[in-house]
Amino acid sequence: MYRYMLLARRTDERSWILNRQGKAAFVISCQGQEAAQVGAAYNLRPGHDYVYPYYRDHGIVMTLGMTPRDELLALLGRREDPNSGGRQMPGHFSSRELNIVTASAPIGVQYPQAAGTALAFKMRGEDGVVLACGGEASTSGGDWHEAMNLAGIHDLPVVFMIENNVYAISVPEKFQVAGSIAGRAEGYGFPGVAVDGNDVLAVYEAAREAVARARRGEGPTLIEARTYRMTAHSSDDDDRRYREREEIEAWRLKDPITRFEKYLLEHGVLDEFQRDELDEEVKAEVKEASAYAENAPFADPDEGFAGVYAEV
Amino acid sequence: MATKSLLQAIHDGLAEEMRADETVMVMGEDVGRAGGVFRVTQGLQEEFGEARVFDTPLAESLIVGSAIGLSVNGMRPVAEIQFADFIPPAFDQIVNEAALFYYRSNGAYNAPITIRAPYGVVPGGALFHSQSVEAYFCNTPGLKVVAPTFPADAKGALKSAIRDPNPVLFLEHKKSYRLLKGEVPDEDYAVPLDRARVHREGTDLTVISYGLMLNDVSRAAEKISVEHGIETEVVEPISLYPLDKETILRSAKKTGKTLVVSEANLEGSVSGEISALVAEHAFEWLDGPVRRIGGPNSPAAPFAKPLTDAFVPSAEKVEAAMLDLARY
Repeated sequence: MYRYMLLARRTDERSWILNRQGKAAFVISCQGQEAAQVGAAYNLRPGHDYVYPYYRDHGIVMTLGMTPRDELLALLGRREDPNSGGRQMPGHFSSRELNIVTASAPIGVQYPQAAGTALAFKMRGEDGVVLACGGEASTSGGDWHEAMNLAGIHDLPVVFMIENNVYAISVPEKFQVAGSIAGRAEGYGFPGVAVDGNDVLAVYEAAREAVARARRGEGPTLIEARTYRMTAHSSDDDDRRYREREEIEAWRLKDPITRFEKYLLEHGVLDEFQRDELDEEVKAEVKEASAYAENAPFADPDEGFAGVYAEV
Repeated sequence: MATKSLLQAIHDGLAEEMRADETVMVMGEDVGRAGGVFRVTQGLQEEFGEARVFDTPLAESLIVGSAIGLSVNGMRPVAEIQFADFIPPAFDQIVNEAALFYYRSNGAYNAPITIRAPYGVVPGGALFHSQSVEAYFCNTPGLKVVAPTFPADAKGALKSAIRDPNPVLFLEHKKSYRLLKGEVPDEDYAVPLDRARVHREGTDLTVISYGLMLNDVSRAAEKISVEHGIETEVVEPISLYPLDKETILRSAKKTGKTLVVSEANLEGSVSGEISALVAEHAFEWLDGPVRRIGGPNSPAAPFAKPLTDAFVPSAEKVEAAMLDLARY
């Protein structure tokens, strides 16, 4: 889990460098949310279970099997981008092999789709589970309610994980969320769990129970993972307009990666030599991926207008 | 061949596809035990069970969104929107999601869903049970919009829609459900979604129409043939998006005169697109202006009967316009 968190962080950091160099038009970051993402995704069976990630879920898709190379090909919009062949902005994940369902930008649309995918598992009596994720802002829309309701009515094998990172671009949680997100699950008749989203082991435990519950046919779970978005919303956003630097610094002290690293060192799971070795290995992988992606070709212009309709 | 109503033909098409393919399912508000508010899905739940004839909560975005998710996981859902007027909450799931799945995933995901929606003016339907919504959707690459008029075509086109790997919005003119009857083949057949149908050959003018208005057009074509010797070529697009441009243009060039008739609000309509197509690509063959008949720029349709009747172009108005253009 530590490795995936580090992989997501280093790839993310590389993305910002490519942006500053004028090579990447747009970056949307996962920094600060790696624990929630990796902890949840670690419980899934890639290619068997389905995932509806949201645009910040780099940690989820990398845990499931996407690589820094995949991420940076998408960032730079190259033909080999496995998500969309350079058609979509970065962060709109898709992989048929990994059952990561193609995403779009409007917020919350994935939840009814996730409920439908879970319904198909239930109809066929299979033990597949669906993980659907979004930020706290995605609970403001009707689609979220509609999906929670259907999942509750039919005990669907779906886990809704809300990564509450406090901001929807500039609008803070207090102007988006009435009451408690986790508490809302009760109204739909299934468990809602609030968990420290910066504690990877806590999220792993919560998701493990939720996934097991879904697999047993006992129905959905809502997990609210409280965390923090440490970067601006995107490379086009200046977060100095709406939040104090002190607030970010306070959250940096709770960085989920340094926290987990400290835990692993203290418990003798990892020593400093292994840590440095792992970091070098991850950095080298990201560096190689960046070089590869920068040299990868774009799709031919005509390809951008083909494949609108599927053929029989 | 048996004579069947439009409603019966659609029902039979659903039942046959469900028997042939166990992944086909129908879903929507009231489709189960009630058999749909129009009875299109009558008896299906008894035959196929509650899972495959699935009563959803009343939430249109959920109905289409969950249908997409079902299709991703191996099912072929036919989702019913009870009235086309209630489709706007599902608009995002249709145009941003289902329609773009294939393109945006570079061919990895498609969304083979069919969305059935009864549309059109019906007595007493008033503003929210009468609308013709097709124009909203006929500007969305990746989506197919079909609106077959007669029973045999509707059954065959529904089968094609269900089998199609793309999302298809399938519009059914609800006043036609029990009004329009026709012979429907007993054997399995499919009507392709990309071909317009030429219902009547003619040389003097082309009338392109769909929905219940097509019935008026067909009658008027027979009448002016008998009374005036004017031969009308009647073309039904069947697919409103994408259009079968070839068939439409061939007919427009052949007769040199084109009239487009539907009951949708005229401005910004599918009729406008068909007219532009003919004006742009058949100009040198034209012997008269391209003309259109449609609903006024007011919401469809006011409740009181005389007001409803005034909204829909009358058979007399259609006939007069055909004669006028033929004599131009």
